Amino acid sequence: MSFGPFLLLALMEGLVSAAVLALMASGLSLVFGVMRVVNVAHGAFFMTGAVLAWFVAGHVPGPPVVGWLVALIIVPPLVGLLAAAVDVLVLKRLEYEPEAVIVATIGLLYILEQVALLSFGPDARPVAAPFSLRLQLPWFGYSGYKLFVVAAAGAVLLAVWLVMTRTRFGLVMRATQVDRVTARAFGINVDRVYAGTFGLGAALAAVAAVLVVPTTQVHYLMGGDPLLLSFITVIIGGLGSLRGTLVAALIIGLSDGVISMFWAPTLSKIIATLLVALVLVFRPQGLFGAKA
Amino acid sequence: MKGWLFHLAVLGVLAVLAVILPAYHANNLARVLVLAVFATGYNLAFGYTGMLSLGHALFFGAGMFGAALPVTLWGWGGLPVLGTGMLAGGVVAAAVGVLALRTKGVSFMIVTLMFAQAGYLTLIYCNAVTGGDQGLVLPGAARQVLGLDLTQDGSRLWLALGIYAAALAGALGLVGSRFGRVMLAMRENEERSRMLGYDPYTVKLKVLVISGLYAGLAGAAYGVFFGYAGAGFATVQYSILPMLYSLLGGAGTALGPLIGAAVMFWLIDFASGLTNAYLMLVGVVLIVVVLFAPRGILGYVRERWLPWLP
Repeated sequence: MSFGPFLLLALMEGLVSAAVLALMASGLSLVFGVMRVVNVAHGAFFMTGAVLAWFVAGHVPGPPVVGWLVALIIVPPLVGLLAAAVDVLVLKRLEYEPEAVIVATIGLLYILEQVALLSFGPDARPVAAPFSLRLQLPWFGYSGYKLFVVAAAGAVLLAVWLVMTRTRFGLVMRATQVDRVTARAFGINVDRVYAGTFGLGAALAAVAAVLVVPTTQVHYLMGGDPLLLSFITVIIGGLGSLRGTLVAALIIGLSDGVISMFWAPTLSKIIATLLVALVLVFRPQGLFGAKA
Repeated sequence: MKGWLFHLAVLGVLAVLAVILPAYHANNLARVLVLAVFATGYNLAFGYTGMLSLGHALFFGAGMFGAALPVTLWGWGGLPVLGTGMLAGGVVAAAVGVLALRTKGVSFMIVTLMFAQAGYLTLIYCNAVTGGDQGLVLPGAARQVLGLDLTQDGSRLWLALGIYAAALAGALGLVGSRFGRVMLAMRENEERSRMLGYDPYTVKLKVLVISGLYAGLAGAAYGVFFGYAGAGFATVQYSILPMLYSLLGGAGTALGPLIGAAVMFWLIDFASGLTNAYLMLVGVVLIVVVLFAPRGILGYVRERWLPWLP
């Protein structure tokens, strides 16, 4: 294959990871924006979503597409409920003290991973793709499902944006984000908004997981890399800025696809993590965020 | 005076344990003591100065490879590489601190985490020198310190006890000094300390370097004692463990890290016999401590019974 098609393939792979990353990172960004806490267990929610999707897909009879659809419908709300319960039982009692929340979500990360290890086991397992359409380009064939992932992620993100800007729930969320005390004075149930936000953030990670599992494998430690990449995305994009997060996800996903196709993936990860540290040190509002 | 006598007594008890414990537990006690050195250093930064770092695995790893590389590359002996490891921990901590200390709170946690992750990936990337995933096995010839053969359980434990005693004395001396009071002032109210004329940046950088020296020494000792240096010791988990030990034992108490390390080590040792998901304990203890016992075991003891504990 010559350079041109090779680059195209790299960009397409990058687009797929950018779409998944955008879903994941927008969940993290939403939680940080509204609640001002960092959820270290975000990757573990992603992994939980993937494990549940594997479980559901394996227990629904019929062709793979049915099981996968059922998983897509019931897994994100399940993970969202789990996260909302964690919010009420743990984070609320910590009064959302940022450092304590990080410590607690690290604990949650261990618990979710180890529960998955106990129930799901240490092996990586595949989930069948709902359909196996192949898109034949002149130079190479490409999985139609991967392109579907991009479209689906775009649709979900659009829905999130509509909810945030056009619905009452979104309005209440944004009001809480701007000023939690005033919001409470206006009769907004801040506790419920926080539980809802934390649940929604985790549900987004779960949607990303259900979309991505047919292209990869389910493993109880699969949450680590997406967590790191989401951190990178959210920080580069500006903490709490949803638009910046999307732009950053696109840049990072595409460049990750290209860099890891042409150079060693470890090297690209080293550069990305160092870049994030330096951005936080020298430009804490993110590359695209406005000055706080 | 009471404090010094109390800690001497604790060291005495450890020495008695070193004599009477069966081999398996003596070996574990050596591990716990080395990890306690690591956590004691972590506690200087976290418990006493209020810097919650998620990057100490990097300093531990730097110490481990700072000791292992001179052995494998140039054939150095056990004692000098304990020094190079310790130094490596301090130097890396200084480099990280110069940048990371421009931030605080959550940003500081994430910046240190990212630097540590980059360091871990670098260890993997340079697998020609560091052994990558496999790590390096240190030859027995390099594991002799001051005439002690560290391939033997007994001598390993005695040296671990010696290093822990020195680390504890250093921490007690530091915390009791005037500088120790400035550290506490930084933890309690950074703005007010700045107004009193102390520069938070330099104070915290000094503490972070000292903490890095502790972590480096612990990493070097772990490598030399048990004959193995691996990139696995630079993963996030080794940043979380000293935090867990400090929180559980009591952040801002001199013996807390030792107690936390010992309790966690034997809990995990016990649980690993029952299930392969023994790391669940790490998560459960983290959440329970942060929810119900933010002062930790010794913090509670100090509050209720022994107000003079340092």
